[in-house]
Amino acid sequence: MEKVTTFTGRLAPLPIDNIDTDQIIPARFLKTTSKIGLGDQLFCDWRYDAEGKPKPEFILNKAEGKAAQVLLAGDNFGCGSSREHAPWALTQYGFKAVISTSFADIFKGNSAKNSLLTIVVPADAHKKLFAALAADPAATVTVDLEQQKLTLPDGSSVTFPVDEFAKQCMLNGVDELGYILKQEDAIKAYEGKRTLSVNTNIAA
Amino acid sequence: MQPRTIIEKVWDNHVVAERPGTPTLLYIDLHLVHEVTSPQAFSGLRERGLKVRRPDLTIGTTDHSIPTHDRNLPIVDKIAANQVAQFEQNCTEFGIPFYGPHSKKQGIVHVIGPEQGLTQPGQTVVCGDSHTATHGAFGALAFGIGTSQVEHVLATQCLLQSRSLTYEVRVEGTLRPGVGAKDIVLNLISRIGIGGGNGCVFEYTGSAIRSLSMEERMTICNMSIEGGARAGLIAPDDTTYHYLAGRPAAPKGADWEKALSLWRQLPTDAGATYDKTIHIDASTLEPMITFGTNPGMGIGITQAVPDPASIGDPLERDTLGKALKYMDLPAGKTLLGHKVDVVFIGSCTNSRISDLRAAAGVFKGRKVNPNVRVMVVPGSQLVKQQAQAEGLDKIFKDAGADWREAGCSMCIAMNGDQLEAGEYSVSTSNRNFEGRQGKGGRTFLASPLTAAASAVTGVVTDVRTLL
Repeated sequence: MEKVTTFTGRLAPLPIDNIDTDQIIPARFLKTTSKIGLGDQLFCDWRYDAEGKPKPEFILNKAEGKAAQVLLAGDNFGCGSSREHAPWALTQYGFKAVISTSFADIFKGNSAKNSLLTIVVPADAHKKLFAALAADPAATVTVDLEQQKLTLPDGSSVTFPVDEFAKQCMLNGVDELGYILKQEDAIKAYEGKRTLSVNTNIAA
Repeated sequence: MQPRTIIEKVWDNHVVAERPGTPTLLYIDLHLVHEVTSPQAFSGLRERGLKVRRPDLTIGTTDHSIPTHDRNLPIVDKIAANQVAQFEQNCTEFGIPFYGPHSKKQGIVHVIGPEQGLTQPGQTVVCGDSHTATHGAFGALAFGIGTSQVEHVLATQCLLQSRSLTYEVRVEGTLRPGVGAKDIVLNLISRIGIGGGNGCVFEYTGSAIRSLSMEERMTICNMSIEGGARAGLIAPDDTTYHYLAGRPAAPKGADWEKALSLWRQLPTDAGATYDKTIHIDASTLEPMITFGTNPGMGIGITQAVPDPASIGDPLERDTLGKALKYMDLPAGKTLLGHKVDVVFIGSCTNSRISDLRAAAGVFKGRKVNPNVRVMVVPGSQLVKQQAQAEGLDKIFKDAGADWREAGCSMCIAMNGDQLEAGEYSVSTSNRNFEGRQGKGGRTFLASPLTAAASAVTGVVTDVRTLL
């Protein structure tokens, strides 16, 4: 897992609410057994025409989209399926953060495990960001995870919530499994007192 | 002790470790794995030299990417074939019991768990699939998880999770003829929106829920995620126990009695409170159908498609306008009479025997409209056998529908079963996202009754006119 450090980057605006994971990465690309190679398929059906040619009007095919490290999206980003292929595709494209007014729960959890920041901002800051980009498509934001601070193009800043444990994992570049494995004694103790248990071998 | 909801009770029963500043470590009683979201998790285990901690609490099946045509034919799609082969190899190597494409028990992951009696009240259940909440119908706390978490649970049988808010969905009253479980849940999502349950776990309560069969309860819990909820459940009762008794993995003899006494302690205590509540009057519902590109964009079948011009917020207005443009639908009109190209009856939402019986009841003595392609895809091989024993397959085939092998099929369109660009389907599945059923395809979500009625007439139809 990659360490998250403070960065300043350009934004790709996608002003649509409820962008679901089927748009982020369509299901037909989920037949892969690898995590890599998904960046080219990010937003595939919005990004390419029936012949597979880039649609010039789609943001990721414009110069500002190609240069962006932050995706600015509408409310409830990442709803739908639990596919972790969604954050894999976003990070492999080059995104380090997504900004929205809210995120779907599973997507948010999956993103943190891949060092992709899901930054929730208040509605007024959200509007301000879209307006700033309309005025200057090259506008940038600065993302500081340590301080949980997002600096907007006009120099003002907002703080954003982050789960403390996920934050430490991202800042230090360590994944959760290492922590869980260290809880072996507690897991063993719990297993010792379980009363009901299925046995999947019976069903096989 | 403070009165608690069933959600809190199941949670409290599974706490392995709780430390300030850290999510709770929960023990997982049942882990379901399938071919699409597990390969990278197994690779992760190999890279770290880890084993599967509890193969006896883990079960695998192939459902998402396998074809639903004759199982004796090879899988033509090489990438899908490789994924299925690798899954079987992973399960074998790590000692996980599994149902391959040729198993008599193969089926959709959320159909086989309950069918085998593996899903039980009070459990924690996870699967790398967002429709895992299906298992909540038994009073289990069932989460859809990502591939990293699949790896965590394979390795440790534990999941790090933060507590959710509790959200009571109280449904009172008696459903009218032609209206069912699917209509209840589509109505709920149309009210709260696709993000309305974010951060929450639903508990479905009330007389209308109590009167539902287990299969109907599964339909409702299945779609909890479409309202944004992490999970959704229904407290167990005699309906639950009758369904479970005698199933292969259900407790037997003295163990059954012991289990029953524990399960009976699960329902929410009198006086327990929820963070949020919504009330639905079942007696006022009509068959529901979606018109847009997320499951929250639903209406009663006699209602008009909403007009973007009536929405104040510009982003919301644009989102609805974009959806109607994709669907190529006018605002202000009902969908009744709109042409239908394909009808899909199946998916983890509506592919169980009672769903097939409901659809067959409409098809019986009728023919599929010649302009419509109909696929009926049972949820499991056992559902298929049962349907054939009852002669339902004959009703479907006589009507002109295609009777298939078990799998996810056109719900997710990974396996070759899909819409062509521009086609309209009435589908009993759970998602109408752009391209979900095939690139450029357009989906109307509805119940098995509405789907079957529309198959017969060739247009979106109010099933009550055929009853």
